Amino acid sequence: MNRIDARFRELARRGEKALIPFLTAGDPDLATTRELVLAAEDSGADILEIGVPFSDPTSDGPAIQRSAEIALEAGSSLPRALEMIADVRTTSQLPLVLYGYYNPIFRYGVERFAADAASAGVDAVLVVDLPPEEVDELLPSLRAKGIHFIFLLAPTSDEARVRKVLRRASGFLYYVSVTGVTGAAPVQPASIRAVVESLRGQTDLPIGVGFGISSPRQAAEVVEFADAAVVGSAIMRVSDEHRGTQRVVPEVASFLRRLKDGIRSAPQG
Amino acid sequence: MPSMPDRRGHFGVFGGRYIAELLMPAVLELEDAYKKVRRDRSFQAELRDHLKQYVGRETPLYFARRLSEKLKGARVYLKREDLCHTGSHKINNALGQVLLAQRMGKERIIAETGAGQHGVATATVTALFGLECQVYMGSEDVQRQALNVFRMKLMGAGVQPVESGSKTLKDAINEALRDWVTNVRNTYYLVGSTMSAHPYPMMVRDFQSVIGREARRQILRIEGRLPDCLVACVGGGSNAMGLFYPFIQDPVRLIGVEAGGSGLETGQHSASISAGHVGVLHGKKTFVLQDELGQVRPAHSISAGLDYPGVGPEHAYLHSTGRAEYVAVTDDEAVAGLQLLSETEGIIPALETAHAIAHVARIAPEMSPEQIIVVNLSGRGDKDMGTLAAHLGVSLSS
Repeated sequence: MNRIDARFRELARRGEKALIPFLTAGDPDLATTRELVLAAEDSGADILEIGVPFSDPTSDGPAIQRSAEIALEAGSSLPRALEMIADVRTTSQLPLVLYGYYNPIFRYGVERFAADAASAGVDAVLVVDLPPEEVDELLPSLRAKGIHFIFLLAPTSDEARVRKVLRRASGFLYYVSVTGVTGAAPVQPASIRAVVESLRGQTDLPIGVGFGISSPRQAAEVVEFADAAVVGSAIMRVSDEHRGTQRVVPEVASFLRRLKDGIRSAPQG
Repeated sequence: MPSMPDRRGHFGVFGGRYIAELLMPAVLELEDAYKKVRRDRSFQAELRDHLKQYVGRETPLYFARRLSEKLKGARVYLKREDLCHTGSHKINNALGQVLLAQRMGKERIIAETGAGQHGVATATVTALFGLECQVYMGSEDVQRQALNVFRMKLMGAGVQPVESGSKTLKDAINEALRDWVTNVRNTYYLVGSTMSAHPYPMMVRDFQSVIGREARRQILRIEGRLPDCLVACVGGGSNAMGLFYPFIQDPVRLIGVEAGGSGLETGQHSASISAGHVGVLHGKKTFVLQDELGQVRPAHSISAGLDYPGVGPEHAYLHSTGRAEYVAVTDDEAVAGLQLLSETEGIIPALETAHAIAHVARIAPEMSPEQIIVVNLSGRGDKDMGTLAAHLGVSLSS
């Protein structure tokens, strides 16, 4: 069974909600990212998003842009990220979602990517600029290898688009909580509760909420009605503050523990 | 040749809609709105009226006698888009899209610009219709094209310098997309070239096709026959598509001229078709300057308007089918082309346009006086005098 499905099943049995943090592969270098991944697992991450840096991250706000720039300067890339994941997999069974833009995958070769991602131990792929209209050039190859393609839904997605996405989605649904780039505006839990609850009526897939969750309290509010809180830019800001020092791994780990404590403290909806 | 693009916005394997889910509904809404106005007589009449009364169309198809004599070959005609209000062809598209934005009830317009010609055209039409306008421009281009920045601000537009990446057009587009994703509900993104996600490449081509429709009618009237060859510079490719498209079924050679920068062998250029690889950037699949890992490489050109590491997907398609040819002209050759036209005709072209002139100077001498070349004189050179003087080592402040 795909590690993501297994993890959500296990969490549901325990009556728990998921923390899905985001890390850029190669910020500040791949060795540190590897340490961060393992520390994240120990600090309460249930699933981890690993960002493949891209030169033109049009959906990302300043924090993730900067992180991607640093990773690229440090020599990170899609193949290097896959190598790091394969390395992590020798000691960890943490479910991993590869996050990124389509061009590096397209250039790598779709079939080759699906095969290498599967053998590295990637469980799902989220490609920001591959909407349902274009996803057929990647999704079947991933699915053949047992890898989920994670679809995004947004406040702008109408009912027809929701249905279109639900027909193809697997793994979990990622609801983008604000119109904007990553990390730009704080999530407004009250305004998205109804949307998430309406999605709940249409699918059995777990629903994660992301874009704009930056504090343990916000994470707690979101998981009152969602199955997972995705946190990216806020982690980048912590790592930005301590980048290049010995503190980066413990500080990120400590922030993740606080997020996970927030999630555990939420009343179960 | 089948009509392009297909229903999903693909030109063969190129084009498409490679954008965030957040933007998909906006792009679908735009496609819907554009389909309606495309067949709407009152919209088309309003557009025609503004093109005539405000832009000053039709533009002349001018026989460049002294240039033709100097080149001792084909007869060269210039389609004088430099005579459009604001000094370039960009206004044809800006006007069409702003009329559409109004019909869609959008009150805020955003745009990206490289050389500033599209920014100026957008600032112009938003002033004309009293709409809020925000232009994104790479900070390097803000310096290179200070005069155009001043013009935009005079007309009430906000100009936001973009400091990320290579600080040029590609980064301005990134920032415009980030603005759009944030303000998608009330904001119209007025894309300046045959780029981005469907329906933009088709729509911009359609709005610019007025160039080719006029030129075709004019050359038939003047010469009684079709030209042998069309030449236009290609950055994103809107002036070239606008000229080419109405001739696409005709037995006419189509030549797009890319910016060869310091030379293709140096890697410092903007020639996406001549030296790029197929990839996905800014909503479309096309030729992209990139490394073997799929990271986009900064482009280089003396002309800010061609300084982009991708190209419109329809050009990628025309190249792949062989219907159009694409060549590259270096910075130095373009400057020589600018000087040639200035000296022979008293017309100072934009540095972008000068690339097309430079290629005409190569091919016209090999053709006979019975043969005809039509060049798209897409813009005037006033904005480039600072850049040109610096390139030639001339000081303007004495």
